[in-house]
Amino acid sequence: MGRKLLLEHINVPGINTFEVYRKKGGYAAVEKALTTLSPDAIVEEVKKSGLRGRGGAGFPTGMKWSFLAKPEGVARYLVCNADESEPGTFKDRYLMTHIPHLLIEGMIVSSFALGAHASYIYVRGEMMPQIRILERAIAEAKNAGFLGKNILGTGYDLELYVQPGGGAYICGEETALLESLEGKRGNPRIKPPFPAIAGLYGCPTVVNNVESIAAVVPIINDGGEEYAKIGLGRSTGTKLISAGGNLKNPGVYEIELGLSCEEFLYSDEYCGGIANGKRLKAVVAGGSSVPILPANLFLKTINNEPRLMSYESLSDGGFATGTMLGSGGFIAFDEDQCIVRNTWNFARFYHHESCGQCSPCREGTGWMEKVLHRLENGHGKMSDMDLLVDVSKKIEGNTICPLGDAAAWPVASAIRHFRDEFEWHVTNASEAVTRNYGLAHYADPLTKAEAV
Amino acid sequence: MLKVENTGAPVSFSPELLKQFDEIVKRYPKGKQKSALLPILHLVQAEYGWVSSPAMDKVAEYLLIQPIEVYEVATFYTMYFMRPQGKYILEVCRTGPCCLVGAEKIMDHIEQKLGVKEGDVTADGLFSWRGVECLAACGFAPVLQIGPEYTFYENLTSESVDQLINDLKKKANN
Repeated sequence: MGRKLLLEHINVPGINTFEVYRKKGGYAAVEKALTTLSPDAIVEEVKKSGLRGRGGAGFPTGMKWSFLAKPEGVARYLVCNADESEPGTFKDRYLMTHIPHLLIEGMIVSSFALGAHASYIYVRGEMMPQIRILERAIAEAKNAGFLGKNILGTGYDLELYVQPGGGAYICGEETALLESLEGKRGNPRIKPPFPAIAGLYGCPTVVNNVESIAAVVPIINDGGEEYAKIGLGRSTGTKLISAGGNLKNPGVYEIELGLSCEEFLYSDEYCGGIANGKRLKAVVAGGSSVPILPANLFLKTINNEPRLMSYESLSDGGFATGTMLGSGGFIAFDEDQCIVRNTWNFARFYHHESCGQCSPCREGTGWMEKVLHRLENGHGKMSDMDLLVDVSKKIEGNTICPLGDAAAWPVASAIRHFRDEFEWHVTNASEAVTRNYGLAHYADPLTKAEAV
Repeated sequence: MLKVENTGAPVSFSPELLKQFDEIVKRYPKGKQKSALLPILHLVQAEYGWVSSPAMDKVAEYLLIQPIEVYEVATFYTMYFMRPQGKYILEVCRTGPCCLVGAEKIMDHIEQKLGVKEGDVTADGLFSWRGVECLAACGFAPVLQIGPEYTFYENLTSESVDQLINDLKKKANN
């Protein structure tokens, strides 16, 4: 049984209210931070914890904080990225729905550490119920003296606001998010300057994911060193994994980083194996943007070592045989699923969500969608696979923001690992259209009984 | 691309609505009132059911920005409707993880049940539907949401969708 730092009290009735959250030790991190620690000491604790950004990129949070410019007389901002839109990822929605005060508490501590006096939680517009939940939680915290003027008599002032998005995946990219928060189209900015120097309204700004900010609470309560003892190597602490697709027990799980992939997938404590007694065919381990892996490469690395749920182990083998932990959006595909159809679906998604600023992404995502559509619908050519790889290579690395890479990787990896399924769609076009599923021979030979 | 003849009747915002706008503008530093644009467009849509061009012009006037600054934003984000919709808009997630567990069948079922194509409004004006991209609820798939409250419905089946549509019809007729 892994340690739970974020979801420890998730099943306590009423934990979404201030009263119950406080009774369970909530807001102790605010008291400790504001009355006994200096802002720099908090940054130091977060650095020591080894916490890496939980939104997908995995950049060390403490280091990001230490880059924040602090010119005299200029406001600084903390913006929480709650624009959770990466297909496969739903942990932030879960956290905000069930334990909103954990995010509020993390925002107060983090804002204090960064010297921000107005902070924003940018929530994707579709999550109106969560926006209402957060607004109520903020009002409760303010009422109890944890927000507003002179918090806990320390002289520190903080106002916290919730900002709705308008429905755009791209606003999960931090500079697009800042544009959107300024009331503009979500077009990512050219970096540098980074938000730490010129972010919201041109002021120094830190943008952090919901889960990263929530993780600051246990880091302050227990100390950075204690937090760093959990996990494996440079993958410290716990991580929320959103498990979906063809699983027996889909849902949000908090794991200690370093848990074996096999245990996570098959043990009843977590996903409980594949639904309906089927076999595992493929896994997308970190949200739709990361490379898809066939079952065997997901469970074991190319060197036949057990694959672990950590930043390092999941990327073992590079993109040739590995993938990424990303946002922890875990999607399992059973033996009946068609990789070509899914790849087309993801390509359509990225085409739909491209902001249109950079031509390689704007045009390339559309080309990939069209070519994949014709493959899936029985009009493909044998040369299409090379064409897709070629287009994906011309998008990757040639755009202002990582959406281009995110669109290119799933296509390139699907062809890398499932090429004969794509070819089968060309050679057996009519069967591919009527049968509507792919080849099963990639599926993991393990049945659930033989596994853990 | 949207084919839009976005006109609509002239609008004047009610004092209650304007008061809500004022509250939102207070969240931002002085002179940064444009930040209120997205939240205000949500309020306008909740009030009128869509965002008409006269409404956008009024928003521009209120925020002291050019109308084009409102148009470019309203057309960029997928949540704002550029033409009238049904009273209830069923938005079904159509992205990969939902499709693994039957979202496409749910959309086919809704199309058949309502008898209108994606984006069209039923004759009684009650319903329209569309597929939308990942709603971040993949563990409870298939899912749909209904604005303006964006109530969420999870683990959909044909039967639960039928039930939902019947309930909404009853609610509308009462």
